[in-house]
Amino acid sequence: MIRMREALRDALAEEMRRDESVFVMGEDVGVFQGAFKVTEGLLDEFGEGRVRDTPISENTIVGAGVGAAMAGLRPVVELMTVNFSLLAMDQIVNHMAAIPYMFNGQVRVPIVIRMPGGGGHQLGPTHSHSLEALFLHVPGLLVAAPSTPADGKGLLKAAIRDDNPVIFIEHETLYGSRGEVSDGDADGVVNFGEAAVRREGDDVTIVGILRMADVAQRAAKTLANEHQVEAEVIDPRTLRPLDLDTILRSVRKTNRCVVVEEGWPHGGVGANIAALVSEQAFDHLDAPPQRVTGADVPMPYAKRLEQAAIPHPEHVVSAALATLEGAR
Amino acid sequence: MAQERTKTAQRGPAGDGRGAAAHPLPDPETCRELLETMALIRRFEEEAGRQYQQAKAGGFLHLGIGEEATIVGTTSVMRSDDYLIGTYRTHGHAIARGTDPRNVMAELFGREDGCSRGRGGSMHIFDGERRFMGGYGIVGGNLPIAAGLALACDYQGSDAVTVCMFGDGASNTGNFGETMNLAALWKLPLVFLVENNLYGMGTAIERHSAVTDLSRKAEGLGVPGVRVDGMDVLAVRETVAEHLRIARSDRQPTLVEAFTYRYRGHSAADPEVYRTKEEVEEWRKKDPVKVFRDRLLAEQVITEAYLEELRERLERQVMDAVEFADRSPEPPLESLYDHLYVVGDQVPGWYAVDERTPEPHRGEEEREVGATGEARKLAEAGAAYAGQRSTRGRPPVDDDQIRKADAQTPGGVVGDRDASDALEDADADQG
Repeated sequence: MIRMREALRDALAEEMRRDESVFVMGEDVGVFQGAFKVTEGLLDEFGEGRVRDTPISENTIVGAGVGAAMAGLRPVVELMTVNFSLLAMDQIVNHMAAIPYMFNGQVRVPIVIRMPGGGGHQLGPTHSHSLEALFLHVPGLLVAAPSTPADGKGLLKAAIRDDNPVIFIEHETLYGSRGEVSDGDADGVVNFGEAAVRREGDDVTIVGILRMADVAQRAAKTLANEHQVEAEVIDPRTLRPLDLDTILRSVRKTNRCVVVEEGWPHGGVGANIAALVSEQAFDHLDAPPQRVTGADVPMPYAKRLEQAAIPHPEHVVSAALATLEGAR
Repeated sequence: MAQERTKTAQRGPAGDGRGAAAHPLPDPETCRELLETMALIRRFEEEAGRQYQQAKAGGFLHLGIGEEATIVGTTSVMRSDDYLIGTYRTHGHAIARGTDPRNVMAELFGREDGCSRGRGGSMHIFDGERRFMGGYGIVGGNLPIAAGLALACDYQGSDAVTVCMFGDGASNTGNFGETMNLAALWKLPLVFLVENNLYGMGTAIERHSAVTDLSRKAEGLGVPGVRVDGMDVLAVRETVAEHLRIARSDRQPTLVEAFTYRYRGHSAADPEVYRTKEEVEEWRKKDPVKVFRDRLLAEQVITEAYLEELRERLERQVMDAVEFADRSPEPPLESLYDHLYVVGDQVPGWYAVDERTPEPHRGEEEREVGATGEARKLAEAGAAYAGQRSTRGRPPVDDDQIRKADAQTPGGVVGDRDASDALEDADADQG
């Protein structure tokens, strides 16, 4: 059993040992060992050339990563929080995502941008947001959102080896979570575009990402214990590419769908999955797809308000029961 | 670096007053190469403007007419493994790096044989093979990328240098400050070359920058700079060669501020209300192509007969590029999603919400649509809709109309191609 932060560090270290073109840069990734201690020990092992502390210049850090990737390296850039990535949106959207396409594949941009987001630590409105949907929106990007240490390690390794630009979203409150992770190199790789079915069930499909995958599983237990409802819980693990097949297969079986995310409701991950499910499996649905999302406000600081703005298992149970209304 | 600065510093837009005569001429072959490349760019850009007026090229068109000495002076001293990265005004930069003008023109036309196969257009020219790492449409957007290219050279143990060209307007972006600091901090092998044409679009430099001596603007961030007369190809050559050496050997990023001037508007859609005709005329006296041509004639490096032959050769080359671009097919609709993603080992799932991804992953049972089905029809309908209008939403103009318009514009001689020749005294400005 290791923690998420250790799993991510192992992925970085193993890939850096495997491939000399892989290097890490970001604010406080070296001497400070990472704001969330994900890069602990890397500076000692790989030196300043490959573990590069940067100034606080998000757009330029990402842009420099893009240039380095165009010239044949495989940069892994750490941004201290998802919110800070907004300072780099020009490089992410106008350059990183567009360059392979707008130059007709003459050049590749194999880069990974890691960033933690999400609420729960009372970091307030500029450090706690969940902006998966912003990145999911952009053609040219791949988006990973791991919820377990094994997926954190496996997806990060796959992201580093992939030739496309990858946005790699981590959750601040998951860094300390423990889980089984296989040792060794290639074994642990988790392919993009393969959802994980966390729990099987016939009554309702619950799709949850990042920490909400765990919230969905806890809701599923309550549904089984208290309501005799067997939920199927799916963690897509990557949002682009999206393993829609697994979701559709489940919905065709359960005829009901709930999507849980911490991000905002308008134009969110849940809105997207609900639309795709409605388009692709409308005839199989016995109820409208339900979304459980973060509250439609900037994340507040006060603990009571912050918790009120984040989905909890109770919300998911209630949404799942809503899809079953009249059916039992 | 202070010493270096005083050695080559040239104050003010007028340069040091020494003009093109101050620098000794290189060998005759190099002289002819410099003149030919500058004249090719001039002729290419004039023709591009003309084709744009005929609605052969769409979007925005930013011409580099007047800035040839800055471009060619720089590229002529770069090594083939050095990287060059520029702005949205880079047709000439690609040509100077060796990209075939045919592929540049085809890109302007949005055709299959364009250097970016019609994905980028005029603002996004790219030639990876010649290490021209792109034109970029976001002002200042190329600076961080340049730092990354230089970082990669450093990382890989190469002594290749990256030259990052950008305009005076870009010096006001956050990227300017961020990138200068990073480049100096990491001692990146970079030459920042400011193509200072005195205007950020239509805003004069003294109205857009508190510090108008751009060579000093990055000093406090660790990047010392010098000024050079960007209308003098030999001055640019000498200065950039020295700064390439500083980057290559001393691992010190520097900035070169080249004073230059664009004779045309910012883009083709520019009424030029922000500057006077007198100012433009004053700068015309320093025309980089003509001044250099005159000196080569005066010093008997070239003859009138050579010029005549060169004129004809460039005319043929540029018109051949136009014909090539015209013949090149439009990109097929099937290619709409090409190179959006590199499809490697990981192919499952939806990369793009569309039918043309490697394995269609639509809900097969619900809707039978595919690359040859509904989506294809919709794509064709969209393309047909675009085809009914001119590319810029106004009716296409024919040659006659242009000639008539030109007849009313003093100095406007688009219809008369001989007179528009770069090597003649009146260039083809449409006023």
